[in-house]
Amino acid sequence: MLHIIVCIKQVPMVSELPWDPRTGTLKRETAQGMMDPAARRALEAALQIKADRTSGPVRITAVSMGPPMAEEVLYEARALGADQGVLLTDPCMAGADTCMTAVILGKFIKIHCPDAGLILCGSMSSDSETAQVGPQLAEDLDIPAIGYARRLELVDGCIRVERHVDDFLELMEMDLPGLVTIDHAGESDRYTPRYVALGGVEAAFNTGNIQVMNRQALGLDHAFNALKHSPTKIMDVYSPVTEKKGRVLTGAVKKMVDTLFDDYGKIISSAMGKDLKTHDHEEDK
Amino acid sequence: MEKQIWVWADYRNYFQSRVTLQILARATDLAKKTDAVVCAVVFGDRVDEYVAEYIAHGAQKVYVTDDPFLNTYNVESYAFLLSALVRRFQPETLLVGATRFGQEIAPRVAKQLNTGLTADCIDLDIDDKGRLVQIAPSFGGNLIAKIITPNARPQMATIRPGTFQELPHDDDAKGEKIPIPLPDHMPAPRVRCLKSELHPVRARKIETADIVITGGRGMGSKGKFKKLFDLAALLNAEVGATRPVVYADWISSDAMVGQAGKHIRPKLLFSFGVSGAIQHTAALADAKFIVAVNKNPNATMMKLADVALVADANQACSGIIRALKQRIRN
Ligand SMILES: Cc1cc2nc3c(=O)[nH]c(=O)nc-3n(C[C@H](O)[C@H](O)[C@H](O)COP(=O)(O)OP(=O)(O)OC[C@H]3O[C@@H](n4cnc5c(N)ncnc54)[C@H](O)[C@@H]3O)c2cc1C
Repeated sequence: MLHIIVCIKQVPMVSELPWDPRTGTLKRETAQGMMDPAARRALEAALQIKADRTSGPVRITAVSMGPPMAEEVLYEARALGADQGVLLTDPCMAGADTCMTAVILGKFIKIHCPDAGLILCGSMSSDSETAQVGPQLAEDLDIPAIGYARRLELVDGCIRVERHVDDFLELMEMDLPGLVTIDHAGESDRYTPRYVALGGVEAAFNTGNIQVMNRQALGLDHAFNALKHSPTKIMDVYSPVTEKKGRVLTGAVKKMVDTLFDDYGKIISSAMGKDLKTHDHEEDK
Repeated sequence: MEKQIWVWADYRNYFQSRVTLQILARATDLAKKTDAVVCAVVFGDRVDEYVAEYIAHGAQKVYVTDDPFLNTYNVESYAFLLSALVRRFQPETLLVGATRFGQEIAPRVAKQLNTGLTADCIDLDIDDKGRLVQIAPSFGGNLIAKIITPNARPQMATIRPGTFQELPHDDDAKGEKIPIPLPDHMPAPRVRCLKSELHPVRARKIETADIVITGGRGMGSKGKFKKLFDLAALLNAEVGATRPVVYADWISSDAMVGQAGKHIRPKLLFSFGVSGAIQHTAALADAKFIVAVNKNPNATMMKLADVALVADANQACSGIIRALKQRIRN
């Protein structure tokens, strides 16, 4: 039986994150979490392999490293069709950079899933966008990897992957066990994620089957501290906004648009290279 | 031992992607501050042409492994070679272009060497202790983080294409070529490349258009996004988009404006339903006059605008189309 591990990150729902400009810190508590879109595509790829009978029996384990609330994305993964969900969570894992995240995920796979045949990750998560965890996990497990897959196929115990890397369309092949990251850009519809009805998620909550693992379960010693062991350190975080003293218009759309053309018509018409009548309100007639 | 800054040379798209040259230019500045030597590292099969190019663009030394075994970009062999060279020559800093291949090789090398790696930097600097400051957007681009690698070496970063300006080609520049033979203990590649063909993305004219209309997720749907093309037709403008819009397939990827997409310099920019994350706005600095529409008056894009309309993006677009038709007719 092919055992597929899908690595899923929980990310904040919005890109305009609420942050405190004075302290430069995130108000994470006001940001809701969701399943990272690229990881969702990776899960979709796993589900399609499972649905394809010619691959033989397939078992899917969804795993996430994160705070306790990340459990939600695992319930969702279960509702979508994953057989099992595992949350790796422990205060000592907080602040892990990509290298340390790969180490922690690697421990889980080595200790608890030695039969893993295929590991799928999103090519990059929507919040930090490093594209580093997948390749580093492959390195940690010492297995081959192919990034940015748009399509994958099992062929005689090998995996075949189509991908678009820089200006090249490529077809690659590797033996299993191996790791594949699924392209986060949805230019091909192949791994457009399926939706799950809310009732499905609720049902998953009831059936459970989410395992929670802490430091001990992963064989990390008591001195382990992901933040401290991460080779990179954040020195400073700041807001890049440089404000213009622009004019803000509010009110009815028609009025705003008229003001726009009345007061800035010259700029618009000169950019267009066309004469515009700048003062012409229907009301004025 | 002399200090070295290394730039891994990604030349596969040499005539399209100038990222290696851009990084060499920045490395030249950084090297002056730290008294270091700028080195390029080239792997491939018959690469003399590229070696000469890198020297002409600032590389003082070029480490070259030239062997038919390396004729296709293979991440495992390339990462193995690069790590081996780093162990041998111990550069302080290793910079890689954030092309897709660069983003595949750099994390593996960092892991093999047990060092840190900052992704997608938009600037690099040196702090008062002589350390590399890696400046990268974080949290979806709303914040910028300064990151260092205090202890591990080399200090590694990938850099977004288009971030730095390349140095002019200097035919008289002198550089030393250092050939490194392929080690005999190269691992057999576990990933086989069955096919690799050039398939460039079609270029659009938004880079040179006088008027650009950009749309963001606030346009609501693919169907509603189409309205921007109607406005563009009236204004003789080009349509650009933010990344989520491109990923949602409302428009093709060559329309993406931003760090990962096109830099634009229009006389007039209309921006509809765009939040204004740094990766997007980084490419707008040259826009002369900006009109932004957003229902949230506090969106960053509204603060960058000369005129900000607090409105629904779709209604405002329709309103502008209506007004324009009338004013053109008159
Ligand atoms: C390394 C990296 C590279 C990146 N490169 C790029 C890049 O090159 N280009 C790019 O664009 N992004 C890039 N991004 C993504 C970027 O960080 C933002 O996520 C993106 O620009 C946000 O797009 P958006 O404004 O369309 O969407 P959102 O952030 O979701 O904003 C939508 C906006 O629309 C407004 N809105 C919603 N509904 C309405 C309505 N009915 N009427 C009016 N307004 C409405 C909202 O108030 C909000 O301000 C990159 C990110 C990273 C980390």
